Amino acid sequence: MTQARTPATQSDDDTNQPTTSGSGGVTTAMRVIVPLQGVVQGRGGLVLGSLIPCALFYFLQLYLKRHRPSSATPPPTPPTAVAAEVSSPSALHRVHSRSVISPRGAHVSSRGNSIARQSDGPVDIGLRKVSEDPYDSATNPDGVIQLGLAENRLSLDLVRDWLAENAMNSIVAGDLSIERIATYQPFHGLMELKVAVAGFMSQVMKRSVSFNPSQIILTAGATPALEMLAFCLADVGNAFLVPSPYYPDLDRDVKWRTGVEIIPIPCRSADGFSLNAIALDRAFTQAKKRGLKVRGIIISNPSNPVGNLFNREILYNLLDFATEKNIHIISNEILAGSTHGGEQFVSLAEITDSEDFDRNRLHIVYSLSKDLCLPGSGVGVIYSFNDNVLAAAKKMARFSSISVPTQHLLISMLSDTVFIEKFIQTTRERLGRMYAKFVAGLKQLGIECIKSSGGFYCWVDMSGFIRSYSEKGELELWDKLLNIAKINVTPGSSCHCIEPGWFRCCFTMLTEEDIPVVIERIRKVSETCKSHS
Amino acid sequence: MTQSRFQLSRTTDADDEARNQVSTGGGGTAMRLIVPLQGVVQGRGGLILGSLIPCALFYFLQVYLKRHRSPPKSPSDIGELLRTASRSNLARSASVGRAHVSSRASSIAKSNDSPYYIGLDRVREDAYDELKNPNGIVQLGLAENRLSLDLIDHWLLQNLNVSMLGGGGDDLGISGIATYQPSDGLWELKVAMAGFMSQIMGGAVSFNPSQLVLTAGATPAIEILCFCLADQGNAFLVPAPYYPGFDRDIRWRTGVELIPVHCRSSDNFTLSITALDQAFNQARKRGQKVRGILISNPSNPVGSLLTRETLYNLLDFAREKNIHIISDEIFAGSTFGSVDFVSMAEILDSEDVDKNRVHIIYGLSKDLCLPGFRAGVIYSLNEHVLTASKRLTRFSSISAPTQRLLISMLSDLRFMKEFIETNRKRVQSTYNLFVAGLKKLGIECAKSSGGFCCWADMSGFVRPYNEKGELELWERLLNIAKINVTPGSACHCIEPGWFRCCFATLSEKDIPVVMERIRRVVDTCKPPT
Repeated sequence: MTQARTPATQSDDDTNQPTTSGSGGVTTAMRVIVPLQGVVQGRGGLVLGSLIPCALFYFLQLYLKRHRPSSATPPPTPPTAVAAEVSSPSALHRVHSRSVISPRGAHVSSRGNSIARQSDGPVDIGLRKVSEDPYDSATNPDGVIQLGLAENRLSLDLVRDWLAENAMNSIVAGDLSIERIATYQPFHGLMELKVAVAGFMSQVMKRSVSFNPSQIILTAGATPALEMLAFCLADVGNAFLVPSPYYPDLDRDVKWRTGVEIIPIPCRSADGFSLNAIALDRAFTQAKKRGLKVRGIIISNPSNPVGNLFNREILYNLLDFATEKNIHIISNEILAGSTHGGEQFVSLAEITDSEDFDRNRLHIVYSLSKDLCLPGSGVGVIYSFNDNVLAAAKKMARFSSISVPTQHLLISMLSDTVFIEKFIQTTRERLGRMYAKFVAGLKQLGIECIKSSGGFYCWVDMSGFIRSYSEKGELELWDKLLNIAKINVTPGSSCHCIEPGWFRCCFTMLTEEDIPVVIERIRKVSETCKSHS
Repeated sequence: MTQSRFQLSRTTDADDEARNQVSTGGGGTAMRLIVPLQGVVQGRGGLILGSLIPCALFYFLQVYLKRHRSPPKSPSDIGELLRTASRSNLARSASVGRAHVSSRASSIAKSNDSPYYIGLDRVREDAYDELKNPNGIVQLGLAENRLSLDLIDHWLLQNLNVSMLGGGGDDLGISGIATYQPSDGLWELKVAMAGFMSQIMGGAVSFNPSQLVLTAGATPAIEILCFCLADQGNAFLVPAPYYPGFDRDIRWRTGVELIPVHCRSSDNFTLSITALDQAFNQARKRGQKVRGILISNPSNPVGSLLTRETLYNLLDFAREKNIHIISDEIFAGSTFGSVDFVSMAEILDSEDVDKNRVHIIYGLSKDLCLPGFRAGVIYSLNEHVLTASKRLTRFSSISAPTQRLLISMLSDLRFMKEFIETNRKRVQSTYNLFVAGLKKLGIECAKSSGGFCCWADMSGFVRPYNEKGELELWERLLNIAKINVTPGSACHCIEPGWFRCCFATLSEKDIPVVMERIRRVVDTCKPPT
């Protein structure tokens, strides 16, 4: 009787003790372990002997996790090293905070710091090089030729002529009083301008869609329009999927201030760099696995840098995908009016016009800088079907509004339908002609381009000229093009292209006479590269 | 015996149960491992091994579970979980609008019920016009200057074409307007702006154009500075009452908090370092990291100026705590009266202080009557801040035609000189008229030396002396008297009964109308003495 009773009661007492005191973890551990011997050697030995240390170890891990400043994974600490381990987190903490204070001086925020410290990529280096030594056929024939900036100068003369005639009248003349120019106006744009922009957008898309002016928010450029959408659709740490190659500045536009991530969906030359449904799905699941919350897809259509268009079928697939995953789609259509060739541009707005989709998830970004040759006036457009997004963007527009004189200038420019009609037509013709000439010139050198139907660029395959088939080889060639041939192109790696050897060449900064010069310069470099291989 | 045996069997039952639990948790291997363990435990190395081995097992179990948690999502039960989660998403969104917006956007999109915005909206719907809508609401809630618009108008008519097209539309002119420019502002405009700022501050300071960053208004200038100086969850100290727009300008997108430092009527709402210190310590205690102080000088809404001494003290405080100072000097050119305006930049010039921590905000909206032009300035001596904010102007640049226009306007020195003088006189005379009118009604104002606002003390007419009473009076002023003023509570003023009245949108003949309207309301709520 007694024998039987004592071990039982003893084990009862012991089990009570450790569970209550064990939670603290460490100094108590010793005291707990000694009486444990009794338990282990007793009857309930095996179970308690393994359960109790487990519980202790678990609590230790919990404690370590709580008190560690960073989220680094806990190293597998053997329980014997427990006592030493515990004092260290607090010590770590103190050292850490001291190092922050020690360089006495005003600190900028860590996000400010990372923006300020960001080193220049090839794009910035190229642009600087051009601005220091720009090519001019008469005054500086040895200068660097700009093929790295997506700007259309082909129709600048038309804009200039119009401005010379009408600038004065559009701002001050007529019934426009100074009160309406100089004073506070709605930050998200004047209604007259929204109506004019809606009309222009629909005209540029060949009347296949109509846009509702009340769904338009105007901002100071497409850049803030994109950023604002990112603010509206995603929180810090969320992510957007973007088919790559994508234009280099998108990283800054979307990631810098919003704290949102970009996950590239790699597209390949085998598909003509068009979006592949499998790659899309894979990127989504991988992001999920990494614990990232995907809030949407950002596409550019016509694509920058490749220049191809999204066809109706791919757009439908995208919509299905977005509906299935319950995410948003941002379609960047700033080049919608700068198409050439036979293929028809299809806006995302057109698809949703005809089908019964949940339009709340669709957002379009547009701008006048590309299609109207007016990058300096910075007019961006958010077109959304989502009331919450519109309401939030309207309020955020205060951080990026267009100055009122510029708005009036644009209202009268866009309302001049004769001029706009002629302008669109002429620009398209000139664009098509330049593209054909540029591509033909490259072809003579044995360089192929992806077939493009829009935008100001060629997406050029120079993989035959790179010495090592890697990003390093690509950048070497880029460097040679910039410093020896003196042309500034954008390397594919800056566009997050997965295959090395592709380059973006923007041809709309050139005149027709410049093309032979450019081709000749490329020939020089390409020949030296060939001879090496 | 039976009793004891019964106990025994119970423990073995428990044993089995526990073993079962382990085996289900860790997979089939656990069983096979634990049985031979008994030998080890009861042998010599019992204690250490008996605790080490289970620990190791448990650790590997955790690792195993962690590794394999995400992949098996797709098969059977976890897949179902996912689907239900997404279904619930759909169901919830059906009422809201299905596709979700970010949480920050939904908090911004929610309609704002601050009286400041309600008032502004009401005026927009039913604005007073002497001829067309004499019963409309008079706007006293917007710090806008319409007193000198005629001067601007006159200048524009004479100079517009030349200024925008660079003298006749040659090639240089058009590419100046229509092609890509540095987003932080044209160099010529920076030079002109630096000259204007120094002119407006009486030539006491000179500004280095290379330390200017131009943005599309002072609002984005402040926001950009906040992005550069503070991270999400950090805080700025702001002397209260403060401009109600700060709450949205700073907090909305940056995730930075504002901590009011309360100033009192007994000090004419001037900032005391003691209160500042207190607020700083309290924030610290709450675990908040204070990154700077945000002051407006001349103060909006009170209109007082910070003295040289206060500025020195502020600098000392900032150095001691190692924080920044943002000085919003957007009203610097709209001062009147005998007190001299002292810019933070002047203090920096004269003293050998740590210049890295001071940043100045300026803009043309107030002093030049041009809010529609959206021209704001960041002036900083901190290289990092300058670099980062220059890069951030890509989100908020001034359009090129407007920049051209401003360059030629600001470079017209004769016009600018005349404008500044005339504008000052007009602001002052309107201020005097307005204050005198209020005085007749028995309403006193805090002493003001700048800005477009009177900070009026109507606490005598506030029935319960608290925020509720203040808002009741505000509502009566809006709905009965039909004037839109900003109540002190919207400016985070700690004392009830103060109202901000902006007078610079009024013409001289509007003032009697406003006074008459105020009288009507005030008469009905005279204190029962």
